[in-house]
Amino acid sequence: MARIIVITSGKGGVGKTTTSAALAMGLAQRGHRTVVIDFDVGLRNLDLIMGCERRVVYDFVNVINQEANLNQALIRDKRCDNLYVLPASQTRDKDALTKEGVGRVLEELAHGYDFIVCDSPAGIEHGATMAMYYADDAIVVTNPEVSSVRDSDRMLGILSSKSRRAESNEEPIREFLLLTRYDPARVEKGEMLSVDDVQEILSLTLIGVIPESKSVLTASNSGVPVVLDRESDAGKAYSDTVARYLGDEVPHRFLQVEKKGFLKRFFRG
Amino acid sequence: MGLLDYFRSSRPKGSASVAKERLQILVAHDRTQRGRPSYLPKLQQEILEVIRKYVEVDMNAVSVKYEQEDSHEVLELNIVLPDTVQGRI
Repeated sequence: MARIIVITSGKGGVGKTTTSAALAMGLAQRGHRTVVIDFDVGLRNLDLIMGCERRVVYDFVNVINQEANLNQALIRDKRCDNLYVLPASQTRDKDALTKEGVGRVLEELAHGYDFIVCDSPAGIEHGATMAMYYADDAIVVTNPEVSSVRDSDRMLGILSSKSRRAESNEEPIREFLLLTRYDPARVEKGEMLSVDDVQEILSLTLIGVIPESKSVLTASNSGVPVVLDRESDAGKAYSDTVARYLGDEVPHRFLQVEKKGFLKRFFRG
Repeated sequence: MGLLDYFRSSRPKGSASVAKERLQILVAHDRTQRGRPSYLPKLQQEILEVIRKYVEVDMNAVSVKYEQEDSHEVLELNIVLPDTVQGRI
């Protein structure tokens, strides 16, 4: 049976899709059969980040409405055989994601995969609640910024009340904090909330800290999940995050400002 | 600038501490609202309607508090009546 992971945040633009793509690719590269599903009906974007936008034929809603079967809709990643993408529908209305329909698709996927990564849309509307409803684990993507932290806390409340696990009184969803766009230099200057600040406010298990990095935009420009960029800080940080999710104990990196040499500092190098 | 910065020891206090303080208050407040049953706002409105049949009270005169303790829940109603109570017929 697959484990269902929802990538959520409440606030938009914090890095949910980037994280979904990176986590799914990271899990698949470690040999786990993984499928990543775009729940953002009407605003499909995961296909772009994964670089498979020209191979979309059928989508999630087609499968729910039984206009196509799963094998027709799933797109196999060209870089990793264990990874499949289920794109969101671009045209249908949001109510197309019914609780029963989503449940049926997830149930079918659960037999053939180890992990199902659900990329949630922003907000707390239908699409977002559908993405989290069947989740076993939740990764709450947060920027070190007031509105994002507040929205993340709102999502925690919804996760603990409006999920299948909550409704059937099962063990609650495991919740993890992923801090993205972290800038240690600004934290050091007191201009940005630190990891400790955010953790103290949200009191969640920290699964990773992704530093602000140019490589994230470069990766999305070219449709390559940033975790594949092994040279970049963000790629390494995502790789660590995947390892932690799988239970490895990996120390957090990129929390401190990189020390510059004396001469560099002197000349503002 | 680089040279001057190097010798400047005192840093201006950043805005991060303000952000943290504001968030702590906000999140604490939000969390107290969370465990409440969803019928509370409607309950409050209906109670208010009943009272207003008999007494002219302000829209904000009824406050409903809900507290959860270990083994029991407390539903507290607080109704502020106007100074001179005049019943209608």
